[in-house]
Amino acid sequence: MLPRISIKLLSRATLLVGVLAISGCASVSSSRNATHDPLEGLNRVSHGVNKAVDAVALRPASVVYDTVVPNPISSSINNFSGNLDQPGHIVNGILQGRPGEASRAFFRFMVNSTFGLGGLFDPATDMGLGNEPTDFGETLHVWGAGEGAYLELPLLGPSTTRDAIGRAGNTLLNPTRLLTTTPLQDQRLRQVGTANLLGDRARAAPLIDPVLYESADSYAQLRSSYLQARRFQLGSVGTTDLEASGLDPFNDPFDDPFDDPIRP
Amino acid sequence: MTHLTTRSMTQSAPNRRAVLAGIGAVALVPAQAFALTTAEASALVNRVVNDINSSISSGRTGNALYRDFENIFARYADSAVIARSVLGADWRTINDAQRRNFTSVFQSYMARKYGRRFREFQGGRIEVNRAAEVNRYVEVNARAILPGRSPISMTFLIASRGGTDRFFDIRIEGISLARTERDEIGAMLDQRRGDIDQVIAHLQTL
Repeated sequence: MLPRISIKLLSRATLLVGVLAISGCASVSSSRNATHDPLEGLNRVSHGVNKAVDAVALRPASVVYDTVVPNPISSSINNFSGNLDQPGHIVNGILQGRPGEASRAFFRFMVNSTFGLGGLFDPATDMGLGNEPTDFGETLHVWGAGEGAYLELPLLGPSTTRDAIGRAGNTLLNPTRLLTTTPLQDQRLRQVGTANLLGDRARAAPLIDPVLYESADSYAQLRSSYLQARRFQLGSVGTTDLEASGLDPFNDPFDDPFDDPIRP
Repeated sequence: MTHLTTRSMTQSAPNRRAVLAGIGAVALVPAQAFALTTAEASALVNRVVNDINSSISSGRTGNALYRDFENIFARYADSAVIARSVLGADWRTINDAQRRNFTSVFQSYMARKYGRRFREFQGGRIEVNRAAEVNRYVEVNARAILPGRSPISMTFLIASRGGTDRFFDIRIEGISLARTERDEIGAMLDQRRGDIDQVIAHLQTL
């Protein structure tokens, strides 16, 4: 059952890659937001679906979950699913040529699976073996794969061509990731595991709610937030990004930087 | 006596702006901006963080808390630079009155919006780590420590402009306030056919 769904996911990703290859970068966006998003039309359709699912089911259910389920229980659930991520972290650590990360994930898994009663508790963090999240998309990044185009996957949320393929790998490594349908993969949430969907949504509320429900264009805001957080996580943005993104306050050739824009 | 001497020196010193205008401002920018040291930048972030921490732990809620944050933004953020970078190319097409209006409306919008966001840090604290000089500004790294959760990375970008040190961006887990608002205000402009006056009016309702 699980492998079949994974393959379905993989083929979906492959299909998207095919579509991307055909469409190329021909489409030119008239919007003020410059992002490589050739499938924006399609993405916006799935964004509509994702947002509706979140508004009708996920968000209200997560509020109930958060109030009904006592804290110790919800954190045990988080720990349990987070522990199941560790074998994947070991594999990805090895594939990324990071033996330190891989061995820490190994010991973390051993400690929490035994002393942590099958992963319900997290004594490893207290021993200095905190969770170091990684995923197959990061492995592809380390191998030199470019980000590709931005994608918003139906029910799965924001991604990129590379991360969508990586996602299929993640599912093979930790099948509980199939339940990850949080519309925004908050980087912080990766650290508490992914199977606990409602707990994740509740925890991410301060981050997700403004993006989805208080913004002028929730699609563009989600895209912007996801890409920024993901690039930060992969360490693929340095400080030089500032000038590239045109945000350097001193780097406007048309403006005198000492010319106060608010003239008295 | 010393006080008097200092004062008269300041008064007799040629107006910096006039000199810059005469010689060519761009060439002198690095000299001016390097006046900001990492220690000064860290001190500024410490003041910001102390103010945020004391507002968060004051027990104030709702509008009282937002007013606190609005004051913090007014004191420490370079709203003029943020407003300009948020508008990007559109900044050059609008007139002075529009620039003034946008900057002031944008500042309180930002304070309300990110004030709400800082509520997330209630029960926690922010600690300042290291500062590094990057090009013509200083990057100060901090972490928000929340009970029962992984620390949240925060970066303050500080520059000295016109003799005052202020931050012109905050990044939370890599998500930049300036970049995010550039996209957000860009979307508002797109929806209003680039009409800045409509955007200014809209920002006041948020």
